[in-house]
Amino acid sequence: MIFDGLQMPTAEFERGSGWTLKPEGACRAEMCVPLAGPVGEVVDVPAVAEQLGMPVVHDVEEGMWSLGPAFPAGHALSSAEAPELELPDLDGNLFRLSSLRGKKVLLVAWAPY
Amino acid sequence: MWQELREELFPKGLEIVTVGMDTAGAEACRPFIDAARPQHPSLIDVGHRVAELFGVVNIPNGVWIDEQGMIVRPAEPAYAGGLRQRGDTVDMPEHMREIMREAAKIEVEAEAYVHALRDWVENGQESQFVLSPEAVVARSAPRDRSAAEGAAHFELAQHLWRVGRQESAVRHFREAHRLQPDNFSYKRQAWSLAAPGTGAFERFWQGPVEGREDEWPYESDWLTEVRAMGAERYYPKLEL
Repeated sequence: MIFDGLQMPTAEFERGSGWTLKPEGACRAEMCVPLAGPVGEVVDVPAVAEQLGMPVVHDVEEGMWSLGPAFPAGHALSSAEAPELELPDLDGNLFRLSSLRGKKVLLVAWAPY
Repeated sequence: MWQELREELFPKGLEIVTVGMDTAGAEACRPFIDAARPQHPSLIDVGHRVAELFGVVNIPNGVWIDEQGMIVRPAEPAYAGGLRQRGDTVDMPEHMREIMREAAKIEVEAEAYVHALRDWVENGQESQFVLSPEAVVARSAPRDRSAAEGAAHFELAQHLWRVGRQESAVRHFREAHRLQPDNFSYKRQAWSLAAPGTGAFERFWQGPVEGREDEWPYESDWLTEVRAMGAERYYPKLEL
């Protein structure tokens, strides 16, 4: 997730990071990580990122930050449950991977280079 | 490449979803999608989201997801047929001929992969190719602190590239390459944006242009790297 200031509205952080901030902590799927201090309208991103084990990198010249992924299992996947993936097609229509529940799915990543 | 297999296996309960990953945007994917005329969902991923979420580090890669939304095989090289050979034309520059000669040595195990896929579609959970949830996690791409930092740099690089800050973007592409040296999508993506002026071959040039070597902003390039590692090691062997 890209951001240009260290404070961010909580809702925006939740949308970008995939974590939901609840009174009991930051939650994703069935996992909750307790956070120090109460969650308000605004998130202090580096502080929360530190507690969730997510790296933050910074470009001083551009005044931009980037939040990397968490890696609780030491692997790209932390569970075999497929993460939600929502992407557009060529016409801009959004498609959700979860809309294919009930079918087997082969998900293929490719690139035109 | 997947359309034919989709026609065979869709009636048996398999859907295929293809995801084109390109910082350069949807238009870069369009000619390939138009040519393939897929009936399955064919998605555009300008931010390489699928790679970060599923652990894709080279392309093409496939992930199997069952009816309940559980991954039963994590990202691994996936081919439905032989390597796509770009048309060999009389006026193809020597550099592109060299790339194609090297690419021809890359081994893909399309037959074994498609056999496994058909077996899964036929036998579901009973297929010998279905992995346990623990094995799925353990076989997904390793990710430690530096790999996660590499992912953060890659995302920043893509963002800066798209907003026209190319020089700054290159700094972060380089960091992503340093922190995830085995990630070939990160390299191919950055290299595909770095050889302007090479006409129709621009995206596939993947290295310095003769006479303009000092303009190449990266430590390595596709030909150098593949020759050093050996083309036969470009994709890890399938562990079926």
